[in-house]
Amino acid sequence: MIRTQYRFDIRKRDRLLVVRLFGEIDHHGAATLRREIDELLLRERPARLVLDLSRIEFMDSAGLGFLMGRLRLLRELGGTMAVSSPNEGVRKILRLAGMERFIEIEGETEKGDRR
Amino acid sequence: MKKRVKGEINRFELKLPAISVNESVARAAVAVFCAQQDPTATELADIKCAVSEAVTNCIVHAYREKSGLCYITVCLLEGGTVRITVRDTGCGITDVKRAREPLFTTDAAGERSGMGFTVMENFMDRLLVRSCRGKGTTVTMIKRVGRQKEED
Repeated sequence: MIRTQYRFDIRKRDRLLVVRLFGEIDHHGAATLRREIDELLLRERPARLVLDLSRIEFMDSAGLGFLMGRLRLLRELGGTMAVSSPNEGVRKILRLAGMERFIEIEGETEKGDRR
Repeated sequence: MKKRVKGEINRFELKLPAISVNESVARAAVAVFCAQQDPTATELADIKCAVSEAVTNCIVHAYREKSGLCYITVCLLEGGTVRITVRDTGCGITDVKRAREPLFTTDAAGERSGMGFTVMENFMDRLLVRSCRGKGTTVTMIKRVGRQKEED
Protein backbone atom coordinates (compact mmCIF):
# COMPACT_ATOMS: atom_id res chain seq x y z
CA MET A 1 0.00 0.00 0.00
CA ILE A 2 1.33 3.42 -0.91
CA ARG A 3 -0.27 6.57 0.40
CA THR A 4 1.10 10.01 -0.30
CA GLN A 5 0.79 12.89 2.14
CA TYR A 6 2.16 16.36 2.27
CA ARG A 7 5.69 15.82 3.59
CA PHE A 8 5.98 12.06 3.55
CA ASP A 9 4.60 8.89 2.08
CA ILE A 10 4.23 5.54 3.78
CA ARG A 11 4.51 1.86 2.98
CA LYS A 12 3.21 -0.82 5.31
CA ARG A 13 3.92 -4.53 5.50
CA ASP A 14 2.57 -6.38 8.50
CA ARG A 15 3.81 -4.26 11.40
CA LEU A 16 6.70 -2.73 9.50
CA LEU A 17 6.11 0.92 8.64
CA VAL A 18 8.40 2.72 6.20
CA VAL A 19 8.00 6.48 6.13
CA ARG A 20 9.77 8.32 3.34
CA LEU A 21 10.34 11.97 4.19
CA PHE A 22 10.69 14.71 1.60
CA GLY A 23 12.36 18.11 1.48
CA GLU A 24 14.16 19.83 4.34
CA ILE A 25 14.01 19.26 8.09
CA ASP A 26 14.69 22.41 10.08
CA HIS A 27 13.09 23.99 13.12
CA HIS A 28 10.35 25.49 10.93
CA GLY A 29 9.28 22.23 9.33
CA ALA A 30 9.94 19.91 12.26
CA ALA A 31 6.95 20.99 14.36
CA THR A 32 4.34 20.05 11.76
CA LEU A 33 6.20 16.94 10.72
CA ARG A 34 6.47 15.83 14.34
CA ARG A 35 2.72 16.21 14.89
CA GLU A 36 1.80 14.33 11.72
CA ILE A 37 4.26 11.47 12.26
CA ASP A 38 3.22 11.07 15.89
CA GLU A 39 -0.44 10.82 14.86
CA LEU A 40 0.56 8.14 12.37
CA LEU A 41 2.64 6.20 14.91
CA LEU A 42 -0.07 6.30 17.54
CA ARG A 43 -2.58 5.07 14.98
CA GLU A 44 -0.44 2.35 13.38
CA ARG A 45 1.65 1.29 16.40
CA PRO A 46 4.32 -0.36 14.21
CA ALA A 47 6.68 -2.99 15.58
CA ARG A 48 9.38 -1.38 13.45
CA LEU A 49 9.62 2.08 11.93
CA VAL A 50 12.07 2.89 9.14
CA LEU A 51 12.44 6.58 8.32
CA ASP A 52 13.65 6.75 4.72
CA LEU A 53 15.75 9.92 4.43
CA SER A 54 16.71 9.44 0.78
CA ARG A 55 14.61 12.45 -0.29
CA ILE A 56 15.77 14.74 2.51
CA GLU A 57 17.91 17.41 0.89
CA PHE A 58 18.82 19.27 4.07
CA MET A 59 18.70 18.61 7.78
CA ASP A 60 20.08 20.64 10.67
CA SER A 61 20.10 19.90 14.41
CA ALA A 62 16.31 20.31 14.55
CA GLY A 63 16.24 17.05 12.60
CA LEU A 64 18.31 15.37 15.31
CA GLY A 65 15.74 16.43 17.91
CA PHE A 66 12.99 15.16 15.62
CA LEU A 67 14.65 11.74 15.26
CA MET A 68 15.35 11.36 18.98
CA GLY A 69 11.77 12.31 19.82
CA ARG A 70 10.36 9.69 17.44
CA LEU A 71 12.75 7.07 18.81
CA ARG A 72 11.51 7.84 22.31
CA LEU A 73 7.89 7.50 21.24
CA LEU A 74 8.58 4.24 19.40
CA ARG A 75 10.22 2.77 22.46
CA GLU A 76 7.25 3.77 24.59
CA LEU A 77 5.04 1.95 22.09
CA GLY A 78 7.31 -1.12 22.25
CA GLY A 79 8.71 -0.72 18.73
CA THR A 80 12.12 -0.27 17.12
CA MET A 81 13.35 2.36 14.70
CA ALA A 82 15.93 2.81 11.97
CA VAL A 83 16.77 5.47 9.41
CA SER A 84 17.83 4.68 5.87
CA SER A 85 19.56 6.27 2.90
CA PRO A 86 20.64 9.65 4.30
CA ASN A 87 22.61 11.76 1.83
CA GLU A 88 26.17 12.72 2.70
CA GLY A 89 25.18 16.01 4.35
CA VAL A 90 22.57 14.37 6.55
CA ARG A 91 24.92 11.50 7.36
CA LYS A 92 27.53 14.04 8.47
CA ILE A 93 25.26 15.64 11.07
CA LEU A 94 24.04 12.22 12.25
CA ARG A 95 27.67 11.19 12.82
CA LEU A 96 28.52 14.46 14.54
CA ALA A 97 25.75 13.83 17.06
CA GLY A 98 26.75 10.17 17.47
CA MET A 99 23.26 9.08 16.44
CA GLU A 100 24.53 5.63 15.41
CA ARG A 101 24.73 4.85 19.15
CA PHE A 102 20.96 5.15 19.41
CA ILE A 103 19.46 4.54 16.01
CA GLU A 104 20.37 2.03 13.32
CA ILE A 105 21.61 3.89 10.28
CA GLU A 106 21.78 2.04 7.00
CA GLY A 107 25.41 1.39 6.14
CA GLU A 108 26.67 1.96 9.70
CA THR A 109 27.85 -1.01 11.75
CA GLU A 110 27.27 0.42 15.22
CA LYS A 111 24.48 -0.82 17.45
CA GLY A 112 21.00 0.36 16.73
CA ASP A 113 17.55 -1.07 16.89
CA ARG A 114 18.38 -3.90 14.50
CA ARG A 115 16.04 -6.85 14.78
CA MET B 1 26.55 51.06 3.72
CA LYS B 2 29.74 50.11 5.50
CA LYS B 3 33.07 50.92 3.90
CA ARG B 4 34.73 47.90 2.36
CA VAL B 5 37.62 46.64 4.47
CA LYS B 6 41.00 45.53 3.15
CA GLY B 7 40.92 42.06 1.65
CA GLU B 8 37.18 42.16 1.23
CA ILE B 9 35.97 41.18 -2.24
CA ASN B 10 32.26 41.47 -1.77
CA ARG B 11 29.70 41.98 0.97
CA PHE B 12 26.08 41.03 1.48
CA GLU B 13 23.77 42.28 4.22
CA LEU B 14 20.39 40.87 5.05
CA LYS B 15 17.85 41.90 7.68
CA LEU B 16 15.03 39.47 8.33
CA PRO B 17 12.19 39.11 10.83
CA ALA B 18 13.17 36.34 13.23
CA ILE B 19 10.42 33.96 12.20
CA SER B 20 10.96 30.31 11.45
CA VAL B 21 9.95 30.46 7.79
CA ASN B 22 13.02 32.65 7.25
CA GLU B 23 15.44 29.90 8.30
CA SER B 24 15.41 28.46 4.79
CA VAL B 25 15.43 31.94 3.22
CA ALA B 26 18.55 32.89 5.17
CA ARG B 27 20.56 29.75 4.42
CA ALA B 28 19.61 29.80 0.74
CA ALA B 29 20.52 33.48 0.33
CA VAL B 30 23.86 33.06 2.10
CA ALA B 31 24.68 29.96 0.05
CA VAL B 32 23.96 31.71 -3.24
CA PHE B 33 26.20 34.61 -2.27
CA CYS B 34 29.02 32.35 -1.01
CA ALA B 35 28.95 30.43 -4.30
CA GLN B 36 31.11 33.24 -5.74
CA GLN B 37 34.03 31.77 -3.79
CA ASP B 38 33.67 28.51 -5.73
CA PRO B 39 33.09 26.22 -2.75
CA THR B 40 32.63 22.46 -3.08
CA ALA B 41 29.13 21.06 -2.65
CA THR B 42 30.13 19.77 0.79
CA GLU B 43 31.45 23.16 1.88
CA LEU B 44 28.28 24.86 0.71
CA ALA B 45 26.16 22.31 2.57
CA ASP B 46 28.24 22.97 5.71
CA ILE B 47 27.69 26.72 5.40
CA LYS B 48 23.94 26.29 4.92
CA CYS B 49 23.71 24.11 7.99
CA ALA B 50 25.75 26.49 10.16
CA VAL B 51 23.66 29.50 9.07
CA SER B 52 20.46 27.59 9.73
CA GLU B 53 21.64 26.87 13.28
CA ALA B 54 22.60 30.48 13.95
CA VAL B 55 19.31 31.86 12.63
CA THR B 56 17.29 29.25 14.52
CA ASN B 57 19.08 30.29 17.71
CA CYS B 58 17.94 33.88 17.09
CA ILE B 59 14.34 32.79 16.67
CA VAL B 60 14.10 30.19 19.41
CA HIS B 61 16.47 31.47 22.07
CA ALA B 62 17.23 35.17 21.52
CA TYR B 63 13.66 36.28 20.87
CA ARG B 64 11.90 33.23 22.37
CA GLU B 65 9.72 32.98 19.24
CA LYS B 66 8.47 36.57 19.72
CA SER B 67 9.15 39.44 17.33
CA GLY B 68 12.67 40.58 16.57
CA LEU B 69 15.12 41.02 13.75
CA CYS B 70 18.00 38.89 12.58
CA TYR B 71 20.92 40.69 10.92
CA ILE B 72 23.16 38.65 8.64
CA THR B 73 26.35 39.91 7.03
CA VAL B 74 28.43 37.82 4.65
CA CYS B 75 31.89 39.01 3.63
CA LEU B 76 33.84 37.29 0.89
CA LEU B 77 37.53 37.73 1.57
CA GLU B 78 40.63 37.21 -0.51
CA GLY B 79 42.06 33.69 -0.38
CA GLY B 80 38.69 31.96 -0.61
CA THR B 81 37.46 32.87 2.86
CA VAL B 82 33.88 33.57 3.84
CA ARG B 83 32.98 35.36 7.05
CA ILE B 84 29.36 35.19 8.15
CA THR B 85 27.96 37.22 11.02
CA VAL B 86 24.52 36.55 12.48
CA ARG B 87 23.40 39.14 15.03
CA ASP B 88 20.31 39.64 17.15
CA THR B 89 19.22 42.13 19.78
CA GLY B 90 17.46 39.55 21.92
CA CYS B 91 17.91 38.33 25.47
CA GLY B 92 21.58 37.38 25.20
CA ILE B 93 23.29 34.28 26.53
CA THR B 94 24.06 34.09 30.24
CA ASP B 95 26.88 31.58 29.95
CA VAL B 96 28.37 31.35 26.45
CA LYS B 97 30.88 28.65 27.40
CA ARG B 98 28.12 26.40 28.69
CA ALA B 99 25.85 27.18 25.74
CA ARG B 100 28.60 25.97 23.40
CA GLU B 101 28.81 22.57 25.07
CA PRO B 102 27.33 19.70 23.01
CA LEU B 103 23.79 18.70 24.02
CA PHE B 104 23.30 21.81 26.17
CA THR B 105 19.85 23.34 25.80
CA THR B 106 17.71 25.71 27.83
CA ASP B 107 14.59 24.27 26.21
CA ALA B 108 14.47 20.58 27.07
CA ALA B 109 10.69 20.44 26.60
CA GLY B 110 10.95 21.52 22.98
CA GLU B 111 12.80 18.43 21.67
CA ARG B 112 15.93 20.48 21.04
CA SER B 113 19.09 18.51 20.44
CA GLY B 114 21.38 21.12 22.00
CA MET B 115 23.76 20.67 19.06
CA GLY B 116 23.41 24.07 17.39
CA PHE B 117 26.76 25.57 18.41
CA THR B 118 28.48 22.19 17.99
CA VAL B 119 27.30 22.07 14.38
CA MET B 120 28.49 25.63 13.74
CA GLU B 121 31.85 24.86 15.32
CA ASN B 122 32.38 21.65 13.37
CA PHE B 123 31.03 22.73 10.01
CA MET B 124 32.96 26.01 9.93
CA ASP B 125 36.68 26.64 10.55
CA ARG B 126 36.15 29.18 13.29
CA LEU B 127 33.28 30.26 15.53
CA LEU B 128 33.19 33.36 17.69
CA VAL B 129 30.29 34.13 20.01
CA ARG B 130 29.87 37.49 21.71
CA SER B 131 26.86 38.04 23.89
CA CYS B 132 25.58 40.60 26.32
CA ARG B 133 22.66 39.73 28.56
CA GLY B 134 19.61 41.79 27.61
CA LYS B 135 21.30 43.27 24.55
CA GLY B 136 21.87 40.43 22.15
CA THR B 137 24.31 38.03 20.58
CA THR B 138 26.68 38.15 17.64
CA VAL B 139 27.89 34.91 16.11
CA THR B 140 30.78 35.10 13.64
CA MET B 141 31.67 32.08 11.54
CA ILE B 142 34.65 31.81 9.23
CA LYS B 143 35.41 29.17 6.63
CA ARG B 144 37.98 28.87 3.89
CA VAL B 145 36.50 27.26 0.81
CA GLY B 146 37.03 26.26 -2.77
CA ARG B 147 39.85 25.76 -5.17
CA GLN B 148 42.10 28.46 -3.71
CA LYS B 149 42.22 26.51 -0.45
CA GLU B 150 43.38 23.36 -2.24
CA GLU B 151 46.03 25.22 -4.24
CA ASP B 152 47.77 26.56 -1.08
